[in-house]
Amino acid sequence: MTNISVPKNAPQLQKQWFERRALFNTVLTGLVWFAALLGSIPLLSVIFMLVMEGGSRLGWETLTALPPAGFDQGGGFGNAILGTLTMVAIASAISIPLGLLAAIFIGVLYPHSTTASAARFVAKTLTGFPSILAGVFTYAVLVVTTGYSALAGGIALAVLMLPTVVLAAEEALRQVPKKMSDAAYGMGCTRSQVILKIVLPTALPGVMTGILLAIAGAAGESAPLLFTALFSNYYISDLMEPTASLSILIYNFSAMPFENQIQLAWTASLTLVLIVLVFNILARLIGQPKI
Amino acid sequence: MTKKIIGSTLCALLLSTVGVFAHAEEVRLQGSGASFPFPIYSQWFRDFSKANDDVRVDYQSKGSGAGIRDFINEVVDFAGSDAAMNDEEIAEAKKGVVLLPITAGEIVITYNLPGVKELKLPRKVYPLIFTGEISKWNDPLIAKANPGVKLPDKKITVVVRSDSSGTTYVFTGHLAKINASFADKIGQGKSPQWPGETRFVKAPKNDGITATVKQTPGSIGYIEYGYAKLTGAPSAMLENYSGNFVKPDETSGSAALASAEFPDSSLPGNSEVPDLRAWVFDPKGTDAYPIASFTWLLFPKDMPDEKAKAARELVEYCLTEGQKTASSLGYVPLPENVIETVRKAAQLIK
Amino acid sequence: MTVNPFNPSDTTDSVCCQPTAKEYTFDSVFRAICYSAALAIIVLLIYIVLEIGIKAVPSFQEFGFGFITGTTWDAVAQEFGVLPEIWGTLYSALLALVLGGVLGVSIAIFLTQDFIPAKIAVVFRTMVELLAAIPSVVYGLWGIYVLIPLLRPMSVWLNEHFGYIPFFGTELNGPGMAPAALVLAIMILPTVAAISVDALRRIPYKLREAVYGMGTTRWEAILKVILPTASSGILAALVLAFGRALGETMALAMLIGNSNQINLSLFAPANTLASLLASSFPEADNMEVQALMYAAMVLLAITFLVNVLGYRIQQFTMRKFEGKP
Repeated sequence: MTNISVPKNAPQLQKQWFERRALFNTVLTGLVWFAALLGSIPLLSVIFMLVMEGGSRLGWETLTALPPAGFDQGGGFGNAILGTLTMVAIASAISIPLGLLAAIFIGVLYPHSTTASAARFVAKTLTGFPSILAGVFTYAVLVVTTGYSALAGGIALAVLMLPTVVLAAEEALRQVPKKMSDAAYGMGCTRSQVILKIVLPTALPGVMTGILLAIAGAAGESAPLLFTALFSNYYISDLMEPTASLSILIYNFSAMPFENQIQLAWTASLTLVLIVLVFNILARLIGQPKI
Repeated sequence: MTKKIIGSTLCALLLSTVGVFAHAEEVRLQGSGASFPFPIYSQWFRDFSKANDDVRVDYQSKGSGAGIRDFINEVVDFAGSDAAMNDEEIAEAKKGVVLLPITAGEIVITYNLPGVKELKLPRKVYPLIFTGEISKWNDPLIAKANPGVKLPDKKITVVVRSDSSGTTYVFTGHLAKINASFADKIGQGKSPQWPGETRFVKAPKNDGITATVKQTPGSIGYIEYGYAKLTGAPSAMLENYSGNFVKPDETSGSAALASAEFPDSSLPGNSEVPDLRAWVFDPKGTDAYPIASFTWLLFPKDMPDEKAKAARELVEYCLTEGQKTASSLGYVPLPENVIETVRKAAQLIK
Repeated sequence: MTVNPFNPSDTTDSVCCQPTAKEYTFDSVFRAICYSAALAIIVLLIYIVLEIGIKAVPSFQEFGFGFITGTTWDAVAQEFGVLPEIWGTLYSALLALVLGGVLGVSIAIFLTQDFIPAKIAVVFRTMVELLAAIPSVVYGLWGIYVLIPLLRPMSVWLNEHFGYIPFFGTELNGPGMAPAALVLAIMILPTVAAISVDALRRIPYKLREAVYGMGTTRWEAILKVILPTASSGILAALVLAFGRALGETMALAMLIGNSNQINLSLFAPANTLASLLASSFPEADNMEVQALMYAAMVLLAITFLVNVLGYRIQQFTMRKFEGKP
């Protein structure tokens, strides 16, 4: 029988809970669980408040009726839902192509050129653009000549969405592994073919995240719409007239002394969150590459 | 495949929603401005639009100043303002202005003192609370006016507006008129320089002040009468010019307005339009509530024919049917003589 | 399939070939479009600066740089100064970035490093992204009705026992810096978390397996290899979040207290440039509007300077972790 002597400070095979590295690991795992729970508390609290205060009114009547006034009971915000969808659609139609193309230029085509650096800095500076200024800017540029319109509202929202789309897309495009594009070049692709067929589809999850974040933020903005789309108590019939929106409805109704309208404000907030949730799920379904 | 179906359905839905609800030709009047009368305007304009099939009136509250700016820029058909218009603004309006006082309201002082059902604040006292000179609830000046009421030995937390507002303009105007110390230290303004002590807290809009006062025992604040009435916030009885302690309601508000005198002149730059800007910063009636104010609708003198007709009908509606609903919503109905004057002035909208 | 190895472009069957003339033109056009898109963004900012700057010029001529050092904002006396607002903007944004950034990156790590099953991670991530959808007005209301009543007793306790520390120097009497910074942190959380999750998920599996194969614990792997590799993405997330924090308007206008004072205390009311704009703009007259436009230019300048600083930090990180010059 051979004697195998194990040296005293040889590593053990069982996990030593209080050994320095394992302890460090456990503590940090605990902290990250704590952080996750801490982060979910405000979310749960806000959603809870929305559901409690507004959940009872959620129904077909509320989602299609026109806003009430004064002591009216009932009523809803169908026109506001439509208005928000319209203006977010206009804003997306402007900011997504513009942002994506610019991100392609900054991140992939000529990332080290002066134009790219300048555009990158501009996008970063615009992240801090106060939402009310986007409204004031669009007011001075468009509304004074054409009046309040859904188009102006969409443009103001597009200005707010642009930095998020550009920066998130640029980061996603930049991180596509070089070998993939190199292989494509090797096969004889032009640069745009590489970008459109290889780089963009690979970067799609990251790009979608940026787009969804931008849309979620834009749908909830009220300050810019006060100066561009105002509000209307009727369904939209024209892109060039004042348009209702959920965010302005919430802004108006939450400050009224009427119980009915305060409740509708909560229901509208809940509806807005649900709309973005549905959008989120749909976009993930469309955007996720099937591995 | 599924992706394409979902994607194209979404696009189709979005595109089809616009243009589906095209309306028959109707006259549209769009207004913006003061938030103080927003509750009553939204009721009036909606009822008016329902009663008249071919007219549609909309109003959005964004502040008197913003409304006046919209009016001057001609992006709205009419505007609402708590502070009327000053002479420079009138000069800037290219299509002329017809200023019509259309309703009025009161500003109440609300408080949070558990167990105290009625609070009387003398004329010399309540302005000093807002300058910070009176800092405790059991101050002898307050106690003297409220015999038998148990006032706590607590510091008064004063809640004021964080945003600039016409309501503040009227409130500070009254305080400055009746108290030299207030006029000196703070003065009238839409966003005055309140004392920088930590006792002075700022909250946004009427509902912000109502909520903050409700949550903070020992606090005091100023809100519109409609707000206090509809949310059940307690309001203090204020001593008026004649020495009576008056509770805010429709009759005391009307009594305050009765002493309003319109200047016997016309608007600057415009010989036809009467100057209907009047302030009642210190009403003299025995039953008058001390803090009341008109709010104005601004119409351009020069409007396209159909819009002008709709505007005149709108004003007529507000002066007749509208006044009936005013008090239930917490606003003060206009006195008869004022209604007549406004009716005559409205005919100038062409 | 015949391939001439001495002239590969000779073949008609292979997928590999030189681009056709049509493809070349498409390529040039596409690149030109991308270039104009990038230019359009630059032009947009120049246009914005011009529009707002022109309105601000009279105010600049009137107040000069005293605007930045002045401490009163009085529309009646026509005295305008934004030092307290600059302080409030930077202080609240910094607090929010620290809190929101740490929480956001932790949540991103939590979601991507196998702490929970993948299906639950997807649900959790969608929930976090939903936070971005909540309108800022609702955040303001939540702050007023839920957060401030919650913080008030805490602030009283902290002020009583630790009042000598400047951070707890006053009590919370309503809106103030603490509720504003907390709500701001919650508002930027989804941005940091979502973009960091993407950055962490992009890390190729073999890198993680190589590190674990060397015998590290999970956290040693995360802290020493995974986070540094994802650092550029995480930094991009933080830049975006900080910008958002600097410019947040509605929620802060309701929660920061709108008080022109400079106070280290977490519970004192303060003011930021964006909320000053939101509170004063609706009722402002001509002179005040010009001063507000000047304040807006100051905010843009601050965002610009902060981003220059961030760029320097980014260059330093890249040099350290990725070995690039």
